[in-house]
Amino acid sequence: MQLDSKIPTGPIEQAWERAKFDMKLVNPANKRKFNIIVVGSGLAGGSAAASLGELGYNVKCFCFQDSPRRAHSIAAQGGINAAKNYQNDGDSIYRLFYDTVKGGDFRAREYNVYRLAQVSVNIIDQCVAQGVPFAREYGGALANRSFGGAQVSRTFYARGQTGQQLLLGAYQALEAQVDSGRVKMITRTEMLDLVIVNGRARGIVTRDLVTGKIETHAADAVVLATGGYGNVFYLSTNAKGSNCTAIWRAHKRGAAFANPCFTQIHPTCIPVSGEYQSKLTLMSESLRNDGRIWVPKQAGDKRSPRDIPEAERDYYLERRYPSFGNLVPRDVASRAAKAVCDEGRGVGETGLGVYLDFAESIQRLGRHAIEERYGNLFEMYNRITGEDPYTVPMRIYPAIHYTMGGLWVDYQLMSTIPGMFVLGEANFSDHGANRLGASALMQGLSDGYFVIPYTLGNYLASTKLEKVDTSAPEFAAAVAEVNDRVSRLLSIKGNRTVASFHRELGKIIWDYCGMARNAEGLTKAIGRVQELREEFWKNLNVPGSGEDMNQQLEGAGRVADFLELGELMCRDALQRKESCGGHFREEYQTEEGEALRDDENYQYAAAWEYAGENAEPILHKEPLEFHYVHPAQRSYK
Amino acid sequence: MRLTLHVWRQASASKPGRMERYDAPDVNEDMSFLEMLDVLNEKLIAEHKEPIAFEHDCREGICGSCGFMINGMAHGPQRGTTVCQLHMRHFKDGDVLYLEPWRATAFPVLKDLVVDRGAFDRIVASGGYVSVRTGSAPDGNAIPVPKESADRAMDAAACIACGACVAACPNASAALFTGAKISHLSHLPQGQAERSRRALRMVRQLSIEEFGSCTNIGECEAACPKSIRLEVIATMNRDHLKASFATRGESQSAAGE
Repeated sequence: MQLDSKIPTGPIEQAWERAKFDMKLVNPANKRKFNIIVVGSGLAGGSAAASLGELGYNVKCFCFQDSPRRAHSIAAQGGINAAKNYQNDGDSIYRLFYDTVKGGDFRAREYNVYRLAQVSVNIIDQCVAQGVPFAREYGGALANRSFGGAQVSRTFYARGQTGQQLLLGAYQALEAQVDSGRVKMITRTEMLDLVIVNGRARGIVTRDLVTGKIETHAADAVVLATGGYGNVFYLSTNAKGSNCTAIWRAHKRGAAFANPCFTQIHPTCIPVSGEYQSKLTLMSESLRNDGRIWVPKQAGDKRSPRDIPEAERDYYLERRYPSFGNLVPRDVASRAAKAVCDEGRGVGETGLGVYLDFAESIQRLGRHAIEERYGNLFEMYNRITGEDPYTVPMRIYPAIHYTMGGLWVDYQLMSTIPGMFVLGEANFSDHGANRLGASALMQGLSDGYFVIPYTLGNYLASTKLEKVDTSAPEFAAAVAEVNDRVSRLLSIKGNRTVASFHRELGKIIWDYCGMARNAEGLTKAIGRVQELREEFWKNLNVPGSGEDMNQQLEGAGRVADFLELGELMCRDALQRKESCGGHFREEYQTEEGEALRDDENYQYAAAWEYAGENAEPILHKEPLEFHYVHPAQRSYK
Repeated sequence: MRLTLHVWRQASASKPGRMERYDAPDVNEDMSFLEMLDVLNEKLIAEHKEPIAFEHDCREGICGSCGFMINGMAHGPQRGTTVCQLHMRHFKDGDVLYLEPWRATAFPVLKDLVVDRGAFDRIVASGGYVSVRTGSAPDGNAIPVPKESADRAMDAAACIACGACVAACPNASAALFTGAKISHLSHLPQGQAERSRRALRMVRQLSIEEFGSCTNIGECEAACPKSIRLEVIATMNRDHLKASFATRGESQSAAGE
């Protein structure tokens, strides 16, 4: 496997413009002759399908939900970054670029990140024009707020529902293309395999989740925008249906998987309350603008928070990081929360929680101002916990939220399989080892609206593609494999449910490949995941048949893939003998307990090649170069 | 607490359905309603019975996937709450609950509590958007939008398309859903150019999909988990009426045909 990142050379400021000019174009009249498959309908997939349809390509877009509007992007709360500098507070494209490279702990490509910062401004314009109801000032201008890891206010938002509104913008653009006949939307359908003909991605195999029918679709290029794999942890803030199946199947067909161990733990989630818990709920990072995080100074202090006097509280983020305070990046805030809980100072019944307190802001700004900013989040908190955050501090604890790792792509967003592009959270490209808040929405829309329309055209115009349809033998072979797998899952008839395997896998990965990792634990985890996988294929119980709607069967296929990916994550974490961003190896830390990078040996993206069942995957390294932002220890003090 | 559930079971769209009784013996009050069903399903699977199919995804009340009737109330008894955010502390020991899918001609049942809401996508496709070519937009601050307009647009845009409004309506009307989208875009300067066309086409699509007519009963507003207000229906009717008069005799072309 060869990794050619196709990173441009020359000044970074003009790199994307130059790259666009160098790309080959598809004649307008020829575009409709090309068939494109887009899998996923979130911010990346939805915006890509809409933009490609608008350009005139023949697009088929797939989602497993009943409507493209339900993709998990919809749950993003806080906002989207853009280097508009509307606040006149010193922001610029360069500063957003700098913050993102630094925030990612120097494990992302400079040229990709610069492009992201550049198009961030176009994204806001695009969304405003679509009718996204961003928050406004009284004068009618767009409002901003601050997010972690930045000292400027560059985050645009629509109450606490920014993801929803941006997704609805993309969804509406997509539906307009559906109405025009250029995009065919295929819902309740799951991709189960990728079909490669003559070394190029030429189609997919899907399962209709209502009828159970296995179907094939041929195309000239395949775009995967299927989101992240955070649900490997079972408990995460991801939607229940979010899964890694599409990217994992593509990985097994030859797409390199990069930095799988780079996962993001979000510091502000509602703590776990019991065994039956099915998922975790995020409380937006934007709350850290006005909420102050603290724990009692004394370990084991069980008094009610209101009875603990000011002098006996430890506002540990403000104390440890005076210049960023409560707005340090997510990885730093999460580790700090874990540290105070490990010291026995955690709050709540389980001791796994810290306070996020709004008393001071309510006193300073009034209840109304807080209600206007965070009303829906407070309501959600109240609904879940039964507590009123206006009077009692919220209790929060870190939880898995996002995965920076994903399929390896070059600067054109193409994977190691020619003709297969990967967008949004599903790829690995822009966030390095830690993503800054409000940057996921930015990347999804950047990839979908502003990158893929160019790079896909370039691929089609510069490649000679023979005519391929679903009668090609490669399709029949892939269908046979899919059918075989489905019947295997159904025929085990063992004693354990899908959920019980998933929960156990999640616990292994959380314990050994979560917020803190070490060589001993990771080695143990690899063995335990292998054992669990073996048991899965012997003792799984999937009721019903494959010929109709069967939610257990859907889940079983996804968990089977998580059981393989989980092992790769541990292997990746084990080989990276340094700490960076969300990847914290206990053996490698500074005296103050901060992440200790090893730039000499680990300044690379780790791209894993699948080597076959029960064979060790092969590690390839893409060295990272930094010409503009000089790698230094991240300091938020 | 111990609950008794009566759940609508239907194998597929073409097969007849029936209510079935289940016991939920150990319900914890901190569980969400869907977690309670998860636990019941795990039990059913262990007994080699078919689990209850219900739709869900984000479980945060924002994706709009979940929803069914609990004792005749869409999303259950708590106001402004989707069923995934409804917690068991709102029920008490010994309660008997009847769970049924949304009932509407336009929402055929696919299985158990799962219905097909594809009609909503087709309504949006008929005009619920602003046509803007990718990359051609002017600067975001080029057109000021008064804060009040942005806020009212956002109030309407909060709709999650769960379908509770249709299920709650005795006429199975989708006026609240359609009105919410029309109202969202009508409150913004960006939505003005296509305002008439949008109202004409979306309202026409409503009847094509066989949703009932709105007779101002207001059950939809009460059932809406996002508290979308009835006034969006008034906005829709006003826009539709204005567009119908303005384009009398040429309504075919105004509707983009």
